[in-house]
Amino acid sequence: MKPGSNASIRRLLRNEALPTPFCPGCGHGILLGAILRAIDESPWPLERYLFVSGIGCAGWIPSPHIAADTLHVTHGRALAFATGARLVNPELKVVVIGGDGDLASIGGNHLIHAARRNLEMTVICANNETYGMTGGQVTPTTPVGARTATTPQGNTERPFDLCRLVEAAGATYVARYSVWHTRLLIRSLRRALAHPGFAFIEVLSPCPTQAGRRNRQGSPADMLRALRTQCVPLTRARQMRPEELVGKMVIGELVGGE
Amino acid sequence: MARLGTQRRVANMSATPEIISLSSVLPPGPAFLQGDEACAEGAIAAGCTFYAGYPITPASEIMEHICRRFAELPGRVFIQMEDEIASIGSCIGASWAGALAMTATSGPGFTLMLENLGYALITETPLVIVDVQRAGPSTGQATRPAQGDVMQARFGAHGDYELIALAPWSVQEMYSETIRAFSLAERFRVPVILLADEAVGHLRESLMIEPTVRVYRRRRLGGRPPFGDAEVPPMPAFGQGEKLLVTGSTHDAWGFRRTSSASAQATLVERLVRKVQAHEDEICRTVAYHCEEGPLDVLLIAYGFTARSALRAVAMARGRGRRVGLLRLATLWPFPSREVARHTAGARRVIVAEMNRGQVLREVQRIVPAAEGYQRTDGEIIEPDELLAVIEERERR
Ligand SMILES: Cc1ncc(C[n+]2csc(CCOP(=O)(O)OP(=O)(O)O)c2C)c(N)n1
Repeated sequence: MKPGSNASIRRLLRNEALPTPFCPGCGHGILLGAILRAIDESPWPLERYLFVSGIGCAGWIPSPHIAADTLHVTHGRALAFATGARLVNPELKVVVIGGDGDLASIGGNHLIHAARRNLEMTVICANNETYGMTGGQVTPTTPVGARTATTPQGNTERPFDLCRLVEAAGATYVARYSVWHTRLLIRSLRRALAHPGFAFIEVLSPCPTQAGRRNRQGSPADMLRALRTQCVPLTRARQMRPEELVGKMVIGELVGGE
Repeated sequence: MARLGTQRRVANMSATPEIISLSSVLPPGPAFLQGDEACAEGAIAAGCTFYAGYPITPASEIMEHICRRFAELPGRVFIQMEDEIASIGSCIGASWAGALAMTATSGPGFTLMLENLGYALITETPLVIVDVQRAGPSTGQATRPAQGDVMQARFGAHGDYELIALAPWSVQEMYSETIRAFSLAERFRVPVILLADEAVGHLRESLMIEPTVRVYRRRRLGGRPPFGDAEVPPMPAFGQGEKLLVTGSTHDAWGFRRTSSASAQATLVERLVRKVQAHEDEICRTVAYHCEEGPLDVLLIAYGFTARSALRAVAMARGRGRRVGLLRLATLWPFPSREVARHTAGARRVIVAEMNRGQVLREVQRIVPAAEGYQRTDGEIIEPDELLAVIEERERR
């Protein structure tokens, strides 16, 4: 069976856990697929992996779907739990998956300290720019102007640039992609898994249910297509003027790439 | 001397709880230590392989001592985390990776740990949390003793559960009760809280190091439901190939989330409560002083450092011909109801002495409604003279 093929990655899922609970059009399912393909193509067997996640829709990406050891913890604390497990058993390939609210708001302190420690682990932030599970409130990555359940007139607070945040904190592999860019994302995930330090990937993953409807972003397919025009590869971004980059998301391997 | 580092690698793959003997790490015989240091040494002797913490008075000495000692011993991991939330979180991750884990703090940090204490309870994660109590609430008085966290330990996490809390009264017990805390945590798969206080933590006195340490060892048997079936199910470790599903959401015996099943919620809570309640006699340790001969005029009940003053007051009162005894509670949770009922039965008066506003008194009053309290919450210890005066004054009444 070809590693990374549909039939091959099916074996990495717990059948009893299917179907996933994600809404139609949610980007988290595409991200789960990308993670499974990267793992299937990696040199490590699934038994070596430990998936740690917090609370939120993104926390359900690995738990209970992936047929490996999974640790589904309290909201925002996944990195702390992952640190303990990894220190005790350095053989474990530790993958932390969380939403933007989980990793960057309630878990923000753990994020910067885990990056600073540069302990070997792969951290994937499924950024849908909202608290999906609790009904679409504003998060620290919601764009200025976006309407959410708690910013009905539009968000006035500036969002975090998560990649620059973890880079400044000391992460040694940092990348950003979207669920539209699956090939690039899978390649980046493979490199993150092989990286001998703290590897962080921000993955833009649309939430049609909570964010799309409020902001008239159209159908789930429209939201995916919008990611294509919104994202600018790093090489192209370098040629662009700052005003041209307003509202764009720079994608690529931002730190530690090839 | 057989070192723990090698012994612990022999995983217990059997289905039944098993007690093992470990050689002590400190040379056997008399030693002279500070309470906090003795706690750290007790953890080392019990086979603690992972420690995470955050500095706080009056518990920092535990972390500093562990840090120094772990560096000399094989197979032990120390880390200072960014806060107490992360400290207990990393301990739980470490415990599931197969380690015996401990963290130590004081009131303000213990409050931060309550969120993940609840997680440890619902996931049945063995873990030792030391709370060297200081005067509160909030920052309060960092260097002054108190016993104000008794109810926080019992009910601080939300929801329904049972846990274990021990109250050491001496440097000897900071060593031996820390060992017992690890053993109970492994035996019942439950977080165990060592409720020390500043006075015991900073006390320096001699203690005896026994040549061997006997502790329960975790069952790591795979292929069985890790969250049900048995009263205390086996707990395999990550990396063992068990595809463990560990979640803080309500789950079934295999760890599958069951967030809207009434029966899964009821079954889980019932077992979490029963596995501790059913073993009150095994878990609870009380020590009675001068309670044997005939009905007492006054029975003092005390725990932690306060019990030292109480014992002294009892000796003084008996010297004056009064029939007075002491019941010392070395276990606070589950509450040793049976022992308290047995010893209070014949006593004319029952007085509970503690450095809080009656947290254990109320528990005793459930058994003896007329029990009286003697309390101090000014950050000072209760002195023997005060208790003697209380004994005599109440006797005259
Ligand atoms: C301590 C705590 N606070 C709040 C919540 C409620 N809560 C559950 S999920 C969630 C938001 C998750 O949002 P995010 O991490 O962005 O993930 P998403 O659901 O969008 O994938 C919140 C706030 C909680 N479970 N625990």
